[in-house]
Amino acid sequence: MRDLLKKQGMQSLIASLLCIVLGLLLGYIVLLFINPGGASQAILAVAKNFLNTTRANLQVKNFANTLAKSAPLLMCALSILFAYKVGLFNIGAAGQYVAGACACLYSALAWGWSWLPCMLFAIAVGALYGAIVGLLKAYCNVNEVISGIMLNWIGLYTANMLLANVKESTSPYTVHLKDGAPQAILPSLGLGKLFENNQYITIAVPLAIVLAIVIMVILNKTRFGYELRATGNNKNAAKYAGMAEKRNIILTLMIGGALAALGASLLYQTDYMQWEVTASSVPSMGFNGIAAAFLGGLNPIGTIFASYFIQHITDAGAFVDKTMYSSQISDLISAIIIYLCGFVLFIKTTISSGIARSEERERRRKASAEAEKGGEA
Amino acid sequence: MLLLLQYTLIFASVLLLVALGGCFSEHSGVINLGLEGIMVIGALGGALVMRYLSATVSPVVMILAVLCGSVVLAVAYSTLLGVACIKFRADQTLVGTALNLLGVAAATVFVKAINTAADPNDVSSTIQYVGAKKAFLINVGNFEFNWFMVVAILALVFAYVSLYKTRFGLRLMACGEHPQAADSVGINVHKMRWAGVLISGVLAGLGGICYILAGVSEWKFENGVAGFGFLALAVMIFGQWKPTRIALAALLFGLFRALSNVYFGFDFLVSLNIPGSIYNMMPYVISLIVLAFTSKKSRAPKAEGIPYDKGQR
Repeated sequence: MRDLLKKQGMQSLIASLLCIVLGLLLGYIVLLFINPGGASQAILAVAKNFLNTTRANLQVKNFANTLAKSAPLLMCALSILFAYKVGLFNIGAAGQYVAGACACLYSALAWGWSWLPCMLFAIAVGALYGAIVGLLKAYCNVNEVISGIMLNWIGLYTANMLLANVKESTSPYTVHLKDGAPQAILPSLGLGKLFENNQYITIAVPLAIVLAIVIMVILNKTRFGYELRATGNNKNAAKYAGMAEKRNIILTLMIGGALAALGASLLYQTDYMQWEVTASSVPSMGFNGIAAAFLGGLNPIGTIFASYFIQHITDAGAFVDKTMYSSQISDLISAIIIYLCGFVLFIKTTISSGIARSEERERRRKASAEAEKGGEA
Repeated sequence: MLLLLQYTLIFASVLLLVALGGCFSEHSGVINLGLEGIMVIGALGGALVMRYLSATVSPVVMILAVLCGSVVLAVAYSTLLGVACIKFRADQTLVGTALNLLGVAAATVFVKAINTAADPNDVSSTIQYVGAKKAFLINVGNFEFNWFMVVAILALVFAYVSLYKTRFGLRLMACGEHPQAADSVGINVHKMRWAGVLISGVLAGLGGICYILAGVSEWKFENGVAGFGFLALAVMIFGQWKPTRIALAALLFGLFRALSNVYFGFDFLVSLNIPGSIYNMMPYVISLIVLAFTSKKSRAPKAEGIPYDKGQR
């Protein structure tokens, strides 16, 4: 048992589960404050999501919809995780996601490109957008959080401006891809059939999972990944050891930007969502990515599950009783979870020192037992 | 033109208040990226007072009550930052970001709950304060004077005097530069950092309520404060963490922010036929450019962002 607890991965898992439980508990307390009558029911609704409906085919449909939105969230989380390993907090992922959405929708609707070029274009634009943050950080010493936030807003207004050219004439939303650009919809390769013919399940879901594994391999098994982690641990030491730390910072943010932008492409090219050209705030996907990345213990595989979980409770907001609570209660819970993730380090050190203390006690007991034995002989 | 001046001054007041808040926190050694969230909560506190206090009370009572409401909530909220970053040595960037998300989500949930309780058909996150807002305004000809301009100037004087002319301020700054040295001469670093975080809570809360009173008479809390907390951080960096320079920087940024509100009042700007989105993104573009040129020779407090560890040398 103690050996199991000593493992880093196990400690991360315990810390994450604690964050989830505490997050739900605090959310429950908030619900109690607002309206004690329906609080238990509402928190159960948030936890259950697609299980709220009893009909089997509806359950499958809702589950599939959550899966379809987990894929882009996973990409955003990977973007943040990847940058964090290099010591950078890529809050600009939200803006890079917007840049990707703008690029793939515009190229699909205005230029009639098919799905793969659209996706690649989104990746390229996202990488460029991330590169701005990287260049500013590497050469001008601009804090990446502040430049990232500025670029989030710049991206939002640019996307609104450009996508206004391809919007529906009667609504503020961009034209549905299935009407305006069916060639740009991601192929499903028959995956939708597994989920009661859900049209939103495409190659996006498996692609995102494969990429999570690729990111893990890059970070842990390649020289490039080693250099990146070294730069993250100590920039000056990495520089001293001959690693191109400026190049690494820029490359990291380019990859981060590409990942977040690809996430947008994986959502908007399923035609699940349309862009609202009057949007006054950046889509929350990029910010939820922060929750998923940290809840996943900053491990790509853990992030896969964490992304699903965050999307699970985010979607479940729709099931709470609207006469008492608003659906933003799930945003509140995921925000509480991010806050609690700040305490992960503390939880881990507490576990470690607890183990160390109990080991110490045992050693002393053994020593004193041996001393007694020595006395007898 | 007068309108541009009016908006410039009011937005500059917001930026000045919040940037000074950031300044206190960073001088004590804690990066406060949660300013945005604290602004939202401060705005919520003030808006709630305006909603529940009848508009017939005298303007002085109204102003004081609103200021108290926003300060109390904002300070309470900023203790979340203090607990995590000072007591538990959490990652300050992560906690700040969490506070921003939490601020908007909590305010939205809370206001929606109040609105729905009052009227089951009302699911908006908007609070209106048409009547109460009048207490803050004095019309001088066509110029709408706002009491927050005075509050901002008082905050500037307070910041300058307390940081440079008092024992407290100098000790505070020592904790941001070299906490170990400060500790060695008997300064309680944790206490000083708490002071920095709480003062930044007061100022950011005031900035938040000032922001939602600028120009509009109702606020939709779902929208947060549109990145103003981060603009204020840019102002602070441009002002090199010095109160007087921050004031000048705030005026410059306030001007660009004001332009996006009133550009259609200028014939030559309208004739350029630039889409409104360009004006909207202007403050952010300007701050990026400014940051690119000013961050290289940064005079940031040396120990900011590093949790204080007594055992470290």
